[in-house]
Amino acid sequence: MKTETFYEVMERQGITRRSFLKFCSLTAASLGLAPALVPRIVNAMETKPRTPVIWLHGLECTCCSESFIRSAHPLAKDVVLSMLSLDYDDTLMAAAGYQAEEIIANIRQKYKNNFILAVEGNPPLNEDGMYCIHGGRPFVEVLKETAADAKAIISWGSCASWGCVQAAKPNPTRATPVHKVITDKPIIKVPGCPPIAEVMTAVVTYMLTFDRIPELDRQGRPKMFYGQRIHDKCYRRPHFDAGQFVEEWDDEAARRGYCLYKMGCKGPTTYNACSTVRWNGGVSFPIQSGHGCIGCSEDGFWDKGGFYNRVTGINTFGIESNADKVGGTAAVVAGAAVAAHAAVSALKRARSHNDQGKGGN
Amino acid sequence: MGTYETQGFKLDNSGKRVVVDPVCRIEGHLRVEVNLDSENVIRNAVSTGTMWRGLEVILKGRDPRDAWAFTERICGVCTGCHALTSVRAVEDALGIHVPLNAHLIREMMAKTLQVHDHAVHFYHLHALDWVDVVSALSADPKKTSELQQLVSPSHPLSSPGYFRDVQTRLQKFVESGQLGPFTNGYWGSKAYVLPAEANLMAVTHYLEALDLQKEWVKVHTIFGGKNPHPNYMVGGVPCAINVNDVGAVGAINMERLNFVQARIQEMIDFNNNVYIPDVLAIGTIYKQAGWLYGGGLSALNVADYGTYEKVPYDFSTHQLPGGVILNGNWDEINPIDPRDPEQVQEFVTHSWYKYADESVGLHPWDGITEAHYAPEGPGFKGTRTKIEQLDESAKYSWIKSPRWRGNAVEVGPLSRYILAYAHALQGNKWCQRVKEQVESSAEAINSAIPRALGLPETNYSAKQLLPTTIGRTLARALESQYAAEMMMDDFNQLMGNIKAGDTSTANVEKWDPSTWPKEAKGVGTVAAPRGMLGHWIKIKDGRIENYQCVVPTTWNGSPRDPKGQIGAFEASLMNTPMVNPEQPLEILRTIHSFDPCLACSTHVMSPDGQELSKVKVR
Repeated sequence: MKTETFYEVMERQGITRRSFLKFCSLTAASLGLAPALVPRIVNAMETKPRTPVIWLHGLECTCCSESFIRSAHPLAKDVVLSMLSLDYDDTLMAAAGYQAEEIIANIRQKYKNNFILAVEGNPPLNEDGMYCIHGGRPFVEVLKETAADAKAIISWGSCASWGCVQAAKPNPTRATPVHKVITDKPIIKVPGCPPIAEVMTAVVTYMLTFDRIPELDRQGRPKMFYGQRIHDKCYRRPHFDAGQFVEEWDDEAARRGYCLYKMGCKGPTTYNACSTVRWNGGVSFPIQSGHGCIGCSEDGFWDKGGFYNRVTGINTFGIESNADKVGGTAAVVAGAAVAAHAAVSALKRARSHNDQGKGGN
Repeated sequence: MGTYETQGFKLDNSGKRVVVDPVCRIEGHLRVEVNLDSENVIRNAVSTGTMWRGLEVILKGRDPRDAWAFTERICGVCTGCHALTSVRAVEDALGIHVPLNAHLIREMMAKTLQVHDHAVHFYHLHALDWVDVVSALSADPKKTSELQQLVSPSHPLSSPGYFRDVQTRLQKFVESGQLGPFTNGYWGSKAYVLPAEANLMAVTHYLEALDLQKEWVKVHTIFGGKNPHPNYMVGGVPCAINVNDVGAVGAINMERLNFVQARIQEMIDFNNNVYIPDVLAIGTIYKQAGWLYGGGLSALNVADYGTYEKVPYDFSTHQLPGGVILNGNWDEINPIDPRDPEQVQEFVTHSWYKYADESVGLHPWDGITEAHYAPEGPGFKGTRTKIEQLDESAKYSWIKSPRWRGNAVEVGPLSRYILAYAHALQGNKWCQRVKEQVESSAEAINSAIPRALGLPETNYSAKQLLPTTIGRTLARALESQYAAEMMMDDFNQLMGNIKAGDTSTANVEKWDPSTWPKEAKGVGTVAAPRGMLGHWIKIKDGRIENYQCVVPTTWNGSPRDPKGQIGAFEASLMNTPMVNPEQPLEILRTIHSFDPCLACSTHVMSPDGQELSKVKVR
């Protein structure tokens, strides 16, 4: 059977040309693309087939799937019914047992090197991989086999990207991120615990629309969403610059929405789109709701000191940084500047936190 | 093993063995094996948790104020309930009481989760065991519209054209040949008994619920900054309230509160107009077909810690009161105490862990977990890394076996409803709403709906209807309805409190670890969507010394104990006939009715951080 394009499917599902064009414009907007690129999206959608997706689950908590179904633009139902072909996803699929396993085998064969493998969670390597059993076998085996025939891999969330909570010290199961197990396929990391819904669907839309992987930073994350720190675009940034800080939960400063830096906010060292795209259709994001960022999209964020300890090694004041540079020495040196700035703030001094890690990454 | 009897069930593993692995549409990884007799009736059931993450050892030595974030990541489906349990455990240990506003905001967040989790479970994880998607294609949209208006007169989305559009979209989807998540489903099986119109109505609501659920969670986004995994805080809630003053736009203000209220109203409307009518209609039709299987342990032993206290910290005001019922005696409710070392205990006789003496159980404060993966036993088939068949007489699961005073119990919305109904019958004034809900549902299922559909009426009592797979599914829907209603009460109380001038959201007296005692221990409990959840913490020198979670799916999915007693999953499958053993629909329908969460159940780890296993480099 001829595989249908997006547009053919949408048309057959009763979506009008007008709605289709509107959808393409919205896609462009959500990807931050110029309106001039809309015709290109239209063309792509008209000529590209629906790509099969196999979505595997390792050690995880399913927050990525839950986030994905919260997507407001595009709607999760439109993604699943019209944009891609989600042929295998243990969380949503009707089949179970061998009828489920058969699907993986069929897709691997029929769409060899032409399907996307989405991975939520990660494989544990201790106990011969049997801390995560899939169809009676180690999950890591299923992952490797499936990856061998995939065109590209999306590592959803911090589990697949970095290891996340089960890989926090001492990592009892030896939970291992996908890129350390699969080394011969393009991998797009979409970290966060979970990632923002609209970031997830935008990454998928980008790949399907342009038939290419989004531009990635040195750590393998799409630059378009992970290129800047939460701090860089935080709406409370002016309070940071003015030295206006929350000193204690529910104090006058908290009620005025001042900067949460002294409450341990990791916004200055976290690369994510929370302060711009925001969460759940743009309703809020952690800092807006009064809690500091815990840095959940960063590698090893569980082991970088407490969530309420102040970050010391951060960049600010005219020193442009990006994900590629962070981890370099520049960040550590510049960190002193921000710490000094905070110390001379108009508000009273908070306790000193010298037991911090280096920070900066 | 052959044959033996336990808890009134006759287990016989001599017949044909059917294996389902993976069990999909759940959180995490689960395997089920059953033995069928010559009539294809299930005579033995074996459930195996097939993942393990080890979170508690990871917590050891960390700041107790950080624990909520770690434990929250136990599960992203029941997101927030581990975080709430964790802050409660820490606050219990340190003697912190949160301000009333913080209590109410936490309650609203917990109830939002209850509504969200229950509805998403029913429509997106469970419905496909009841609803034949392909059959919906042959429905008459006009008759579907009539059915919709019959079961739910107030639902605005009910025109023939509305159903026709959904059907058209579905038709084109099926015709594309790429069936996505519906690939290889059990469409056309005789185990599906709904008429085509009911199938189309349910598929339509599958899509409606998918669109709406993302709105409800915005209550979490307002108060916790994001969902999944909103932020919590020891001592209160992180969001400050400011309704009058400069800077209110940086806090919970009138606009935010109005937004929350609108979402609560949406949840109430969805429950009343869609979720409850759907479950009642589907339940009635399956009941008429005689499908009253799946009760298992719920007809005998049920437990919950109790939840939703009307007066903060006064557990006698629980609007879903707890306790333990044994042997189906609804007249006697045993009090439950998570601190009592004799009550909640975990066994590992059939789990892949080691105890020095495996004939005894351990209370969570003294819990030990030494992982020991060893599939074994005379009936085991396969290899260490390729399991073909497990042997339930040996160790066979990553889940431990918690017991209450040695008894296997079922937990979850059904258990909470049986308990609350029993409490209400005894005159408890805090849960009379439950009695009302249960009785009106029984009336609908026995009489009102059959009459409307031209089917014979029945006369089942609540005690006959509730302990079934249908009852388990119904109790979840009723709890969603009740939670949304209580949430509006919470909201109104919050507004009243703010009006009275109290805007406090945090108690920071003991925020600084220097104010803490040298040693402390505490318990936190929450009525998680899947059942009673408890966290036990020991704090020493400002750090976590020991952390244990005993979670709902550990209770329900537990393997056997030293006495050979089976857990709730296994018991629920007993004596259920299968239409076609090649298509495990009945197994899925009943197992899914528990809403299993395996990431929750199998994370348990050593409090002492022993060496777990030899590291083998692959």
